[in-house]
Amino acid sequence: MKKILLIIGVAALAWVPLGQAADIIGTITLNGTPPPEVPYTPLMNDPNCGAMYKKAPTTHFYVVGPNHELADVIVSLKGVTGKSTGASQPPVTLDQKGCLYRPQILAIQTGQKLVVKNSDSCIHNVHVVPAVAGNPESNQVQMPGGPDLSFTFPKPEMFMTFKCDVHPWMFAWVSVFDSPYYCISDKEGKFVIKNVPPGKYTVEAAHRKLGTLTKDVEVKDSDVTVNFTFDVK
Amino acid sequence: MSGNAPVTVNRSLHWFAVLTAFFTFLLLGAGGLVTSHEAGMSVPDWPNSYGYNMFLFPPSQWIGGIFYEHTHRLIASGVGLMTTILAVWLWLKDPRQWMHWVGVAAFLLVVAQGVLGGLRVVLADAQLGIFHAIIGQLFFVLTSAIALFTGRWWQNWENIQHPTFDNQQPTVGNRPNAEKLDVGGSMLNVGCSLRRFVLFTTILIFCQLIIGATMRQQHAGLSISDFPLAYGKVWPDTSASAVQRYNEDRMSVIAENPITAFQIILQMVHRIMALAIFVLSAACAWQARRQLGKKDPLAKLALFWLGLILVQIFLGAATIWSNKAADVATAHVLGGALSLVTGALWYIIAFRRSAVLPEIATTTTISGAYGGAPAMAANK
Repeated sequence: MKKILLIIGVAALAWVPLGQAADIIGTITLNGTPPPEVPYTPLMNDPNCGAMYKKAPTTHFYVVGPNHELADVIVSLKGVTGKSTGASQPPVTLDQKGCLYRPQILAIQTGQKLVVKNSDSCIHNVHVVPAVAGNPESNQVQMPGGPDLSFTFPKPEMFMTFKCDVHPWMFAWVSVFDSPYYCISDKEGKFVIKNVPPGKYTVEAAHRKLGTLTKDVEVKDSDVTVNFTFDVK
Repeated sequence: MSGNAPVTVNRSLHWFAVLTAFFTFLLLGAGGLVTSHEAGMSVPDWPNSYGYNMFLFPPSQWIGGIFYEHTHRLIASGVGLMTTILAVWLWLKDPRQWMHWVGVAAFLLVVAQGVLGGLRVVLADAQLGIFHAIIGQLFFVLTSAIALFTGRWWQNWENIQHPTFDNQQPTVGNRPNAEKLDVGGSMLNVGCSLRRFVLFTTILIFCQLIIGATMRQQHAGLSISDFPLAYGKVWPDTSASAVQRYNEDRMSVIAENPITAFQIILQMVHRIMALAIFVLSAACAWQARRQLGKKDPLAKLALFWLGLILVQIFLGAATIWSNKAADVATAHVLGGALSLVTGALWYIIAFRRSAVLPEIATTTTISGAYGGAPAMAANK
């Protein structure tokens, strides 16, 4: 009888989950009117690059929707390190097209491959300017139609600069995380950090111009919603 | 050979030295354009350019920032070659032994400067860019000084025998211990205090150039975007929230880095030092005119210096008003270089004059110092 009860007990423990991973979801909004974007005048003055546009493209520092939704905000779990799955993840692509980096804001994990392409018909140099020791600075030529360049970074870093000095208006900002728990808000301001294990976390929302906001959350067995509102000072 | 022994002026050597100084000035301008266009790393390799021998790099590929960086390298190579020729020429043809070593110093400095520029690219070290900019300014002073030293004017002064070498009591005419020396015109001794004053101002200009180079190598654009106020105030708010607000409002296309409180304070120091340099150079001009007379070449040079400082202040303001337009910012760099060289040469000339005209006021006759007939000193 005792053996039967023991088996039933073990079976019951195995069947009842100890805690399921859940998503952290939310929306980012901007309160206030940001400064107007500026046209890439130097781009239009360049004979090779300017020929690709009829009208000067503008910067995209503040990508704001009609209802104040804010895109290009990097949302992550602050202080979560040593959980990177970057080595097994597919590469992330950064393209140089129309003498601009596309996208300009992106995020990868430590050890994850970042592939830089040159879709333009002119020379670019890919100059990586990290601010964190351990992430190597590099400066490589990429000819038109030349092979892709690959980068990996061992240390977490926010908004690491990728730039082209041939065309000094070309910038991309790559954030590197030591865990898979991050995402970038879309044009509707929405974000989802998937499969977060149960626990207490500080969620950080970082915008290159607007700085960072944080909120504490507790993840249990269902999705958690957390919204952020940035203020234009 | 004694420094006081007569020397033959080598006009070809002098004009070559002048040309070297002129091309050094152009090189500073080319370097200024590189930084102003944020093009310092547009050619990732060195001494090659995109794998080509530097001199064979096809002009069709000199696009965007490459144009500025590559032409800077080519002009630098030209200046390096000219400096080498100048050093050899000085060694072989200039009878003054100390000039041999000045030539060697110029050669070593231009080599060091070239290597430093290359390392700044290869090591991708922006800090080296600051040293590269500062050594460039010093090298311009050196080539300008060589142009001065090889000129007729300077060598005539060297040719002058110190009055006390000939006479224990140097006297000319009937007025012993008079205050003027006639060398084709009346010139007064330059007082030690005035020389020190000019030297101090020149050192301050050099410090100002170091601050300017540091600001430019931050690659952060304008840390303060208005002038004469700073973010609408006499002294800007540098709190963390204020700096955050400034960065939110900055919408520069090519400013790579966000500004920091340190950079704002640095620009304020730059502004204050500009004011101090203006006041000091005005005082120098006034003192030179008072002590030497308005017709004295050094008094005129001091006035020119003051004018240069004024132009330089305007260019600094224009750099801000134009949101750091590359040509305006580069003109500001060149104005700084000319201001430094003018102060340095003023001091060197005054020092030389004082060596001939000792602090104890004397009067003497200089024979043929300017290749003319002996002139009689006279207190006019």
